[in-house]
Amino acid sequence: MAMMTYLEAIRKGIEEEMTRDEKVVIFGEDVGGVKGGVFGVTKGLAEKFGDERCFNTPLTEGQIGGLAVGLGTMGYRAIGEFQFADYILPAVNQLISEASRMRYRTKGDWTAPIVYRAPYGGGVRGGLYHSQSTEKVLFGQPGLRIVTPSSVYDAKGLIKAAIRCDDPVLFYEHKRLYRLLKEDVPEEDYVVPIDKANVVRKGDDITVIGYGMVLNHALKAADALSEEGIEAEVVDVRSLYPLDKETLIKAAKKTGKVLLVTEDNKEGSIMSEIAAIIAEEALFYLDAPIKRLAGPDSPSMPYALSLEREFLVTEDKVLAAMKELAEF
Amino acid sequence: MSLETIEMPHLGESVTEASISLWLVEVGDQISKYDPIAEAISDKVTTEIPSNFSGVVKEKLVDVDTNVDVGTPILIIETETKATEVKEDPQVDVAQSKKEEEETANEVSPRFSPAVMRIAQEKNIDLSHVTGSGKSGRITRKDVLNFDGETQKETPPASRPNPLKELAAVQSEARNEPETSESRFKDGKDEVVPADGIRKAIAKKMVQSVTEIPHAWMTVEADVTNIVKLRDAEKATFKQQEGIPLAYFPFFVKAVVQALKKHPIINASWDNGNIIYHKAINISVAVATEEHLFVPVIHEADNYSVSGLTKEIDRLAKLARTGKLETKHMQGGTLTVNNTGTFGSIQSMGIINHPQAAILQVETIQKRFIPTPDGGFKVADMVNLSLSMDHRIIDGLQAGRFLQTVKENLARFSDKSVLY
Repeated sequence: MAMMTYLEAIRKGIEEEMTRDEKVVIFGEDVGGVKGGVFGVTKGLAEKFGDERCFNTPLTEGQIGGLAVGLGTMGYRAIGEFQFADYILPAVNQLISEASRMRYRTKGDWTAPIVYRAPYGGGVRGGLYHSQSTEKVLFGQPGLRIVTPSSVYDAKGLIKAAIRCDDPVLFYEHKRLYRLLKEDVPEEDYVVPIDKANVVRKGDDITVIGYGMVLNHALKAADALSEEGIEAEVVDVRSLYPLDKETLIKAAKKTGKVLLVTEDNKEGSIMSEIAAIIAEEALFYLDAPIKRLAGPDSPSMPYALSLEREFLVTEDKVLAAMKELAEF
Repeated sequence: MSLETIEMPHLGESVTEASISLWLVEVGDQISKYDPIAEAISDKVTTEIPSNFSGVVKEKLVDVDTNVDVGTPILIIETETKATEVKEDPQVDVAQSKKEEEETANEVSPRFSPAVMRIAQEKNIDLSHVTGSGKSGRITRKDVLNFDGETQKETPPASRPNPLKELAAVQSEARNEPETSESRFKDGKDEVVPADGIRKAIAKKMVQSVTEIPHAWMTVEADVTNIVKLRDAEKATFKQQEGIPLAYFPFFVKAVVQALKKHPIINASWDNGNIIYHKAINISVAVATEEHLFVPVIHEADNYSVSGLTKEIDRLAKLARTGKLETKHMQGGTLTVNNTGTFGSIQSMGIINHPQAAILQVETIQKRFIPTPDGGFKVADMVNLSLSMDHRIIDGLQAGRFLQTVKENLARFSDKSVLY
């Protein structure tokens, strides 16, 4: 076992896979050289694996997206880093029209084994361009997986699973969790399933479903509520697309009271789809209206600290929503 | 002045719908509270509906001989006094929060979540007995899950042989069928007479029985020579003492009742995957009038002697023939014994009286030559007993054993048997 942060766990996972398979390459803005990425996720990789396997790209996200597709079809396992999830947008055509359609338009003859890494999420005083949750923009594109780890253990296991996956995988990393979470994780080789949600806490009063920073809020709130005799089942969505319907429906049926938490805007988020699935599949198990707790339907995270707090789904907000649902 | 509505009342525990057979008031009539306003028919029973209000009849809301669900508004009455003193006060505090309104609304008519409804149905829980621990006393999923069914008071609609929900579908089919298919059989010279309420009730019941119950049949022959002798010896005295004739039928009812004690599976009902064994032995007896067939019930028939049965059957038959049967006389039957012999029948296949498990047809007693063990012949009084059984509950084996016991019980009568 080794104590490491969420960020270090991702780096460790990439390093292990680059060691295991020489076809794994990684690139992006400031990814190579001594800098090792704006957050330092790839620090030391260029030194260890050379500039040909870990290198910088121009500030052209469309090119990062397209390069990965080309390398992927030529037998490489490409990892393209977008410096912030907010910057993916210029590459959307490559991601959706090219990468995610590769299997489909070649009748399965060609695949694009790609990992697009992107730090997302707010609460870092990043303002408009560095705080957004863009997963909903790319959500619902058959052929494009979207995953995100919410624990240190999952960070290492999931990046390894994503690199080994033959589909293009959009790998979201919560930038607030990078150095916040610290955990003892196994040093040996392990992966976590790429398409499964994870029940991280058992309870039979309410079900809370989320991912990222807010999931960690929910876990803390669940411990606090436990002292009041309220037991929450907490589920980490983990695979944002395709959704692990089976696990989500089962967890919803278990308590009949479902709270869906996201730091994204409330409407049109991943949680909207999860709410629809639960309504469709578990109506007769519901004991309360499906509840969504999310950011306001306002463009993006403001820069001013007080306003950022107002926008963010904080631990207090999660606790209050959980309590209200439990008492319903 | 205000308008009040009278609804079709509950006419009995298993009754879900009824029709008005006769209006006793007309629009414009001045009536007092408790005055009869109409006669309603359900399950072949006629009941007078009393008025809940004093006032003037404004409007009749349903047509005669049209089935409506219990609770359907049937009549509007204009009363002289204000209906309810709660008049909206314009001075009500506007600041009163919306939340509060919602909460009081919840108290008045509780809303149940889908989960609560489902679990209550599965566990057969009457939610009016459950205490809510949720917001504003809402009953939560956990309240229902943790509810101890044992403490629930006996709730007749759920446990009596009366699976209402299943019936509803069948009943509506039965109701619709005659109307829609009527014209297909009509030809120019034919006379079309709408069936009356009782005939429609019979039709509905019959359709329900044959569509819902898989029937199987069995007939045995019984030697009742001894009963014929006994009756011949006693009938004159009996008539003189009791004022009513001594028939064969009560002997058969007696033999059947005794046999049911030994074969409880015959005294049962199918209820949505469960078999209900009825502890009470309530024998339905078919009584034909010129126009209709009624099936009143001898409740706890095992408490009667042959003479007692004779009197009870006579009493019920008289009520039927004079149109005075009430719902209580028709409910709760657990097995039907049908005296088809009076029509001269020697073999018939009865339709089971839903939700019972069987019907026994007692056919005509006939004198026959039958072989004797020593190789000769003797004249005996023989009768056929034809049993229709609900094959979901009863198999041939149990039916055969039951009929064998009935035969033995019949053979046990002798000229020394007492009728009282």
